[in-house]
Amino acid sequence: MDYFVELFFSGLTRGSIYALIALGYTMVYGIIGLINFAHGEIYMIGAFTSFVVASVLSIMGLPLLAIIVLAGLAAAIWASAYGYTIEKIAYKPLRNAPRLSPLISAIGMSIFLQNYVLLAQTSNFLPFPELIPDFEFLEPIAHIIGTTDIVILLTTAVSMIALLILIKFTRMGKAMRATAQDKTMARLVGINVDRVISNTFIVGSALAAIGGMLIASHVGQINFYIGFIAGIKAFTAAVLGGIGSIPGAVLGGFILGLTESFATGYVSSDYEDVFAFSLLVLILLFKPAGLLGKSSIEKV
Amino acid sequence: MLELQNVNAYYGSIHALRDVSLKIEAGEIVTLIGANGAGKSTTLMAICGIMPVQSGKILFRGEEIQSMRPENIVSLGLCQVPEGRHIFPELTVRENLDMGAFLRRDKSGIKKDLDHVYSLFPILEKRRNQPGSNLSGGEQQMLAMSRALMARPQLLLLDEPSMGLAPLVIQQVFDIIERINRESDTTVFLVEQNANQALRIANRGYVIENGEIVLSDSGDKLLNNPDVQKAYLGI
Repeated sequence: MDYFVELFFSGLTRGSIYALIALGYTMVYGIIGLINFAHGEIYMIGAFTSFVVASVLSIMGLPLLAIIVLAGLAAAIWASAYGYTIEKIAYKPLRNAPRLSPLISAIGMSIFLQNYVLLAQTSNFLPFPELIPDFEFLEPIAHIIGTTDIVILLTTAVSMIALLILIKFTRMGKAMRATAQDKTMARLVGINVDRVISNTFIVGSALAAIGGMLIASHVGQINFYIGFIAGIKAFTAAVLGGIGSIPGAVLGGFILGLTESFATGYVSSDYEDVFAFSLLVLILLFKPAGLLGKSSIEKV
Repeated sequence: MLELQNVNAYYGSIHALRDVSLKIEAGEIVTLIGANGAGKSTTLMAICGIMPVQSGKILFRGEEIQSMRPENIVSLGLCQVPEGRHIFPELTVRENLDMGAFLRRDKSGIKKDLDHVYSLFPILEKRRNQPGSNLSGGEQQMLAMSRALMARPQLLLLDEPSMGLAPLVIQQVFDIIERINRESDTTVFLVEQNANQALRIANRGYVIENGEIVLSDSGDKLLNNPDVQKAYLGI
């Protein structure tokens, strides 16, 4: 039973990271109908930024909590700047082009950013400092859920609640929802649609960067390629839950994380991807729009 | 209030508006009638800054707006209810109305206007917490017009408000348009295929054919014009 619970929590942890990244995919898709393939790289850049900042700050001898918060903030801000810039140079000029063009531009951006980090940093795995210590008061349950898992789950929960409040209650959030639902009408009521699109990229990138920092300190190493794998997984989670749907991205992330965790624990870690993608195929066979997606007919 | 001077606009290589000139004075109801694809909606989209204007001028209260961004045009007090109503389907009725007041900051004024549209259309208050997609066609048209009123427009552009509605509801919609014009001092530019009804409530009208204004006169005279009767009134 303990083993099951342990797998459950490790699945939740994984799933929450997938969900954080999947939110960026799904929000961008919801607003401009583009699969932003460079989104995984934003996550990777977030991990690298937090790595650099955390290393510098720990040399300066700052307290741990300050390091975590500052590194997270720096990663979120820096990654958002990347997300914003990518949209402006790679997608905005193609706003009225056929749908395939921005998709190819996105893949190009993804390859460019991987190689840029490869050249600017290194191709080796870098050891990521363990930011989160094992708290003593958690000792009794340490065999089923580690401190990092708890921190990851809590941070994810806080980020998601913040996103929910932003989208549901703020002026910017209402503008985002309106733009996602009807772009022409959004412009007719006076929404600056370009700004809403930029904001969407900024918010999505910040979430991915936070995910990047959390997972890097959990796994303990990073390199330029981590964004690709995580990006594909998070994309799968977004499609699983119904791309364009925010609750769908969260649900898809958790389902994917749990599936992988149980597959690893009860079968073999060699098969985790097989299970994850088989699940995707199965769900798409029966619910082509994803679990919470709307089955709308694509207008041509 | 609004003046178009020799406006030209293109969809790719198609010349959609050819030297369109027209004028709307404050307080009027002016209608633009024409067949499908004549350029009626294009004219409205050009006024709102969504359709780019190739040449010519659009003046709103003396100010050139043909190269302004749509959101800046809205903030001047020029609002459109587009063809097909364009209700935000997943926002509630109340949220749809809030979106109409998106650029406004005066909370008490917004509240007052909300009460006003609820008094015009009590059904909207009853359904305020339902998603926009749940409303019937007629209710959606009322919501679309109310949403535009929430911006407190000086000039209201209406694109085929009677489209797809039952005759009884159409009558209601036209009554409301007259009421909005009279009571809240809003100038109305009404685009319609339902030429008969539109000309009845309009002070003046323009007829557009293939992107060109071919006729303009008072509403009554256009109603009795044999060419108009033959082409648009089915008499």
